[in-house]
Amino acid sequence: MPYGFTTIYWRDMIRFVRFKTLLVSSLLQPALWLAFFGIAMSSSFDKLITGLPVVPGVHMIGYLTFMGAGIIAMTTLFTSLFGGIVILFDKNWGLMREILASPMNRNHIIFGIGLSGVTKSFIQAIIIMVFGILIGAAFFSGFTAVQTVVGVFGILAFVGMFALGFLFLSAAIAISMESPEGLQGVITLLTMPIFFASNALYPIDSFPAFLKILSVYNPMTLLITGIRYFAIGPDFIALGKHYQYTQSDILMAYFGLVVFATLTFGLAYWRFRKAVVT
Amino acid sequence: MPETQQKHGEIIISVENLEHSYKDFKAVDGISFSVKKGEIFSFLGPNGAGKSTAINILITLLAKQKGTASVAGFDVTRDPQKVRESIGIVFQDITLDRDMTVWEILEFHGRLYNMPFEQRRKRIEELLNLVELAAKRDERTKHLSGGMKRRLEIARGLMTRPKVLFLDEPTIGLDPQTRLRMWEYIKGVNSEGTTIFLTTHYMDEADQLSDRISIIDHGRIVISGKPWELKNTLGRDLIYLETNNNEAAVRFLKDLPSIRNMKVKSKGFVLMVNEDGSKVLPLIIDTLRNAGIEISTINLKKPSMDDVFVFYTGREIRDEGHAKTSFRRAGGR
Ligand SMILES: Nc1ncnc2c1ncn2[C@@H]1O[C@H](COP(=O)(O)OP(=O)(O)OP(=O)(O)O)[C@@H](O)[C@H]1O
Ligand SMILES: [Mg+2]
Repeated sequence: MPYGFTTIYWRDMIRFVRFKTLLVSSLLQPALWLAFFGIAMSSSFDKLITGLPVVPGVHMIGYLTFMGAGIIAMTTLFTSLFGGIVILFDKNWGLMREILASPMNRNHIIFGIGLSGVTKSFIQAIIIMVFGILIGAAFFSGFTAVQTVVGVFGILAFVGMFALGFLFLSAAIAISMESPEGLQGVITLLTMPIFFASNALYPIDSFPAFLKILSVYNPMTLLITGIRYFAIGPDFIALGKHYQYTQSDILMAYFGLVVFATLTFGLAYWRFRKAVVT
Repeated sequence: MPETQQKHGEIIISVENLEHSYKDFKAVDGISFSVKKGEIFSFLGPNGAGKSTAINILITLLAKQKGTASVAGFDVTRDPQKVRESIGIVFQDITLDRDMTVWEILEFHGRLYNMPFEQRRKRIEELLNLVELAAKRDERTKHLSGGMKRRLEIARGLMTRPKVLFLDEPTIGLDPQTRLRMWEYIKGVNSEGTTIFLTTHYMDEADQLSDRISIIDHGRIVISGKPWELKNTLGRDLIYLETNNNEAAVRFLKDLPSIRNMKVKSKGFVLMVNEDGSKVLPLIIDTLRNAGIEISTINLKKPSMDDVFVFYTGREIRDEGHAKTSFRRAGGR
């Protein structure tokens, strides 16, 4: 049954569009973050950095553009970590039994949930990019049309792989938990360090050594690196720091996300094998 | 294998010495039974007897701990995938996504089982008509009545034309009229060749529907057989008596030749007789009158499934816990 996951995907998408409030809030929330947090922070940060030296010939970007990438990543992180909660609901409402008693391969359940989470993250990422440009973020500025298209697909490729990694993790946790409250607790515990020990809001150079190591390997940092590369370019200055990415940096970052997704898939696979749902 | 032989006697569910414990509580305590192809087979038992646990093992949701179990020729542990492809299930409690429509529920199920598009669409129409839900096809399931939900679940269980359909208390919580309709569906489905494994704690349901019944209590099968066979084990007739001295009455009556068993109830006692009860009555009345015992109530009836159940489990299914009905086998020599 090579297409089994599309069945799970189809059902999850039905639910996504059917719960109108959930749909609207999931689309509005990232835009609001960008609007309030982004504008407030950038006005104060941009004031701070006005006196900093300028490297001639290097593109200097405002804070809104810098942290816009962070907002895309953060939204993807939240959406993905909560993506597995549907599994918990299905389990608690007895709906998972129908699926587990069917011949459908367990992997397809994991993949189906993963795919629908990726779809949601794509929609959110695009909303943030469009809205960001509207309120003044310099995404794709100075890009040719082709570069812009490549940029958008590059961002989505990074967002998709990152989302899969955390969706698998979320699915693994959800199938092992009894209550949504428990899941919520675990997720809250996870999001804080993942978000703040990353380059979402500020450069990681100034972090203490220990935190710096953590940040470098944080999937969140890998994702944001990718987004900045594709949205801003390989060479720019933000918050007074000169960022330069080579193609191999970007490939390594993507490879890191692939490894992460593979590991969390393994975890989910194992948890689903063990799951007893009656 | 010749067709006739398949119809009569091919075994489709086979269970031997099945045990299942939750921690150190034995919910299923060594049961053995088999179901033949084309039968309606019932587990009749009170709450907590272990019916759902047994079903969950047969449908591969619970890992088997001890014993052997095979469904449709496949071992539940070695070949769970094959078992899953062969069965349909209606779970004890409603398992419908509240926010999906009737049509979507069936479509989703068909896709889960990898049914081809054309076949799926055709089967959905057939089944919607069968369970009289065609008019509700675009209704979300949360807007259906309890009976409609159950009918939809039965339709879902039938989507894949399973060899065996498991029905865990299919008519629980339904009004008498809807229950009767449900029985008709179940019989109809069975007559088209689907073997049915049913659990219930309704006596009449087991009695009316089943080809064979196993009465299950505390995780064990206490007796199995065709409904009439089970009833016959209680004798031909039951005579209920209330007197001014039940204890003495029992003593006097227990050696009468045609009485095979007796059972003391709270106000009176029941005699199980091997012959036509109306023929035995005069003898009983005479015996008691000669002993100076006064009879206040006499009632003669055929054994029902309730009586069978009470006899073999020692309790009524409805008032379990209280109203202990003591029971003993009289005669026996
Ligand atoms: N997951 C579980 N964990 C612990 N004990 C359980 C679990 N499931 C069932 N039991 C216990 O096992 C026993 C049998 O339960 P089961 O659900 O099989 O009974 P049943 O015959 O289906 O009853 P009912 O008619 O109420 O549905 C009960 O005592 C129940 O409390
Ligand atoms: Mg049950």
